[in-house]
This record gives sequence, C-alpha cells and structure tokens, in this order.
Amino acid sequence: MAWGFLAPTVVYLLAFYAYPLYRNVELSLREYTVRSFVQGGAPFAGLDNYRTVLTDPAFWPTLAHTLVFTGASLVFQFTIGMALALFFRQHFPLSGTLRALILVPWLLPLIVSASTWSWLLNSDSGLVNAALGVVGIDPVNWLTSPTWSLTSVIIANVWIGIPFNLVVLYSGLQAIPVEVYEASALDGASGWQRFWSITFPLLRPVSAITLLLGLIYTLKVFDIIWIMTRGGPTGSSATLATWSYRLGFGNMLPEFGPGAAVGNLLIVMALIAGLVYIRSQRRQYQR
Amino acid sequence: MTTSPRRVWWKTVVGLVLTGLMLFPVYWMINVSFTRDQDMRADPPHLFPTDGTLDGYRAVLDQQLPYLGTSFLVGLGTVALTVALAAPAGYALAKLRPPGGPALSFLLLIAQMIPGIIMAMGFYAIYLTLGVLNTLPGLILADTTLAVPFAVLIFTAFMSGIPDELLQAAVVDGAGRLRTFWSVVLPVSRNSIVTVSLFAFLWSWSDFIFASTLAGGGDHQPITLGIYHYIGNNNQQWNAIMATAVVASIPAAVLLVLAQRYVSMGVTAGAVKD
Repeated sequence: MAWGFLAPTVVYLLAFYAYPLYRNVELSLREYTVRSFVQGGAPFAGLDNYRTVLTDPAFWPTLAHTLVFTGASLVFQFTIGMALALFFRQHFPLSGTLRALILVPWLLPLIVSASTWSWLLNSDSGLVNAALGVVGIDPVNWLTSPTWSLTSVIIANVWIGIPFNLVVLYSGLQAIPVEVYEASALDGASGWQRFWSITFPLLRPVSAITLLLGLIYTLKVFDIIWIMTRGGPTGSSATLATWSYRLGFGNMLPEFGPGAAVGNLLIVMALIAGLVYIRSQRRQYQR
Repeated sequence: MTTSPRRVWWKTVVGLVLTGLMLFPVYWMINVSFTRDQDMRADPPHLFPTDGTLDGYRAVLDQQLPYLGTSFLVGLGTVALTVALAAPAGYALAKLRPPGGPALSFLLLIAQMIPGIIMAMGFYAIYLTLGVLNTLPGLILADTTLAVPFAVLIFTAFMSGIPDELLQAAVVDGAGRLRTFWSVVLPVSRNSIVTVSLFAFLWSWSDFIFASTLAGGGDHQPITLGIYHYIGNNNQQWNAIMATAVVASIPAAVLLVLAQRYVSMGVTAGAVKD
C-alpha cells in the first residue's frame, strides 16, 4: 500500500533522473556527430572522450579555476556568514526584519544577480570602478581581463552565498543553550574567548554541514559565471561546469561526447562531497 | 548584566548599515532601471534616479510580456506537478514506513547534488529524440527536477510530526489510506504545501540552464532568457535590462514578504535535521 503512494515518485526518479544520467554516460562513451546525435548510430568510443578531455590543454587550468572558485567562495561565504550570524544573534530592535532582508540575494534569480554585478563591474561605467577612482585607483577591467575575471565571478558568488550561510549558522547558534554562556560569563571569559572555546566547538557539526553543502552547491555553479563572463576571456574564468556547457552548447559545432565527459567528472566530484556530507550527518545523528 | 537601551539602538544602526551594504546591488539594479540612457555612462554615476525615466519599464511592457507569461505558466505547472508527486511520497515515507523507504530518502538526497548541466545535457539528448524540445510541458518536466527531491524531503519531515492518533481516528471512522491522506493529512500539512509551492515556483522561475538548453530556440522562452537575450543584443539599454531584472525579482520579493518564516524553514530544512 505504501508503495502505491511512492510509485509515481519512483517512476519519476527513474524516468527523469536515472535516465538522463544514463544518457549522459552513454553520450560520453560514444563518438557523436550532430547527425548521429539526431539519428542515432554513433560508434562506441570507449574512454576516448575522457582521454580527449584530460589531454586538452584547457583541462588543468579549468580544474584549477574550479578549485579556486569553490575554495575562495566557501571561505568568504562562511566567514562573513558566521560574522553576520553572531551579530544577529544579539537581539536588537529590527534584528528579525533585517535578517530576513539579507536573504534577498539568495532568493533573486541568478540571472538578475549576475547581470546586476556585470553592470556594477563594467570597466567604463561601472560603479565599482567609479568608487575606486574616488580613492585614486585606476579602473580595473573586472570582466574583460584574464587577471580579474575569476575574482569577479567569485565576488558575485560570495554575495549570493552569504545569506545561506547566515541562515544555517544562525539556526545552529539558536540551538546552543544559553546556560553554557552564563556559566562562562561567571568565569569571566571575554567575547573572543567565548567564541573560540564555546561557540565554535559546539557549532562544529553545523559548520561542517554548511561547508559541505556549500561545496556541493558551489561545484554546480554555472549560471553566474556563464552570464557574467562565459568562462572567458580566453577561458580565464572557466570551471568544469561552464566548460561542459561550452562543449555541448556553446559552439556552432557541438561536441556532446567530450561535454558529457566533463560533466561526468564534475558529478564524481560532487558525489564524493555528497557522500562525505551524508556520512557526517549520520555521525551527528548517532551522537 | 543589563544592556542600556542606547547600546541596543547602536546595534540596530550597525545592523542597518550591514543590511544596506548587502542589499546595495539590489538598490543599484533599481536605480539603473530608472536611469535615462544619456545618464547611463555619467561620471560620476548618478546615485539617485533624480531625472528618472520609465523608458526601461516601457520596454518591459513592449517586449518582455510573453517571456513573463511563459515563466508564470511554467512556474504553475512545476508547482502542480511537484506537489502532486511529492506529497503522497512524503506521506508514505513518513507514516507508512515501506521497506526500502530509507534507501529512497538517501537517493533523494543524492539527487539534489547532481549538477544542472549534466541533467540538461541528458534531457537535451532525450528531448531531441522525442521531439519535445522547445515545448512548455518539456520545460515544466525538466524544471520539476529542481524541486521534487527537496519537496519529498520537506513533506517527509513535516508529516512525521502529524500525530498517529489523528490518522488512526480517521481509520476508525472507516476511511481508507487514500481518504485519510486526502481529507486528514493534506489539510493539516498546509504549511509544508505552501513552503514547497513557493520554492518550486521560485526555482522554476529562476531557472536558466534548462531554459537555455531545452527552450532556447522556440516560441516558449521564459523571462530568464528574455534578460539573457537583452544582455546579448542591446548592450546599451541597461535601463531596460535592469527594469526586466526588477520585474523578474518580484516573485522573490513577494515570497519574502508573504512567507518569511517558510523561507527560513526551507533554507534550513535541507541542511539541519531536527
């Protein structure tokens, strides 16, 4: 009887998760042309597509960009999110309303955020360069120079990720009993000591989950980078996600095989992070 | 330790400044949407739309209404399909404890971690074969994959909290499982249905990757593609681009105003259990 209620979802998962994933693996193992993509009959190519991708000169830089993008985004999102969560835990007039307003960047469609940041960072007319000009710094080609493009997309992505970190860490802070702090206040601990000796250790499980979920989300990020820089200029802000898209859909002649291969490498990374996440959550349950 | 009212107000001021900094890009988007073309590249930039224009919004009315309509329809379709699939599944996982239930929950967690680009490529290959590229149902189906795993997990978490006595009372009254689900479980699950619907709508409304791969070449293009084409085509009309962005942000604003507590619930539900 229970499976009667579950059956639609199971069928759905098979048809709209398992099957697209299977098609994606199949794409990566065959040599597709536009014609055989439509009509079928592409020859089996084994791991050729993976070999093509791994020996492509763009592979190592793209992997490095993916790691830098993910690492830097996580560090800044988490640190700023934690600082804001600690600040908002002290209840003051309007704290609830302001905390809700800070959620806005997380709720906006990514294309809205990405195009707003594109204009803010515009070389000639952007507000950021105008502000830098006031303090005497020369304009920076945020989106059009290979030196700065990766930094630019990281800035936008950090902005979008802060609210998520704030909300989750804030709810973790709420779970710490007040008595713990009262005891330490009697011992005369300073605010900084309290953070490092009480808050941070007690918040470790929630922090781990926040970071791991952040890792999984950040590995997936595609929209922001594609809309702001298209992974360019000259691949300087390309990650595995944008590279996969470029191979499959970005050129006149699509290369579905290598595109799917890059996608599958990405999924392996995401799943490893996912399994670590699930294991750490199980451990937390058992405690 | 008592904190004086003055110290508390000082914190509110800091809070206002921090929130202002975080939301500044949003303000800038609104400001630019009202800026006249000739002021767009002014140096220094105009911080307030003192000589404001509605040209940007006129362009939205002239050019973007079909895109907005498509997004709205796709959003409604996504909500309907997501709730229809996920609510019964959540009920089964929470209350009927089927064999294999935990394994299914595990798969749903994993499903949320699959990068969109991979799903998009798989869907593209399948849709091309089936000939449903650039159709509304095709886009709706793809967009539901953004919401269904999350929705099942939310419903499961919420429905676990329904007291068993309530369900047993219905059974005593002679109701079958289906009737219990329909006339007891669903009505008391209103909050979770609202949460799921809001997020499903917002995610499908915001979707760019499925739109650009599965609907990029047809008559049914959502608003995310409307903005994207704008950026690509008329690089000069930033007031029109930003006006469209403002309009495209309305669902997020509505969601925050109407359902603030559900939003926090949804954000944390995926991350923190109990």
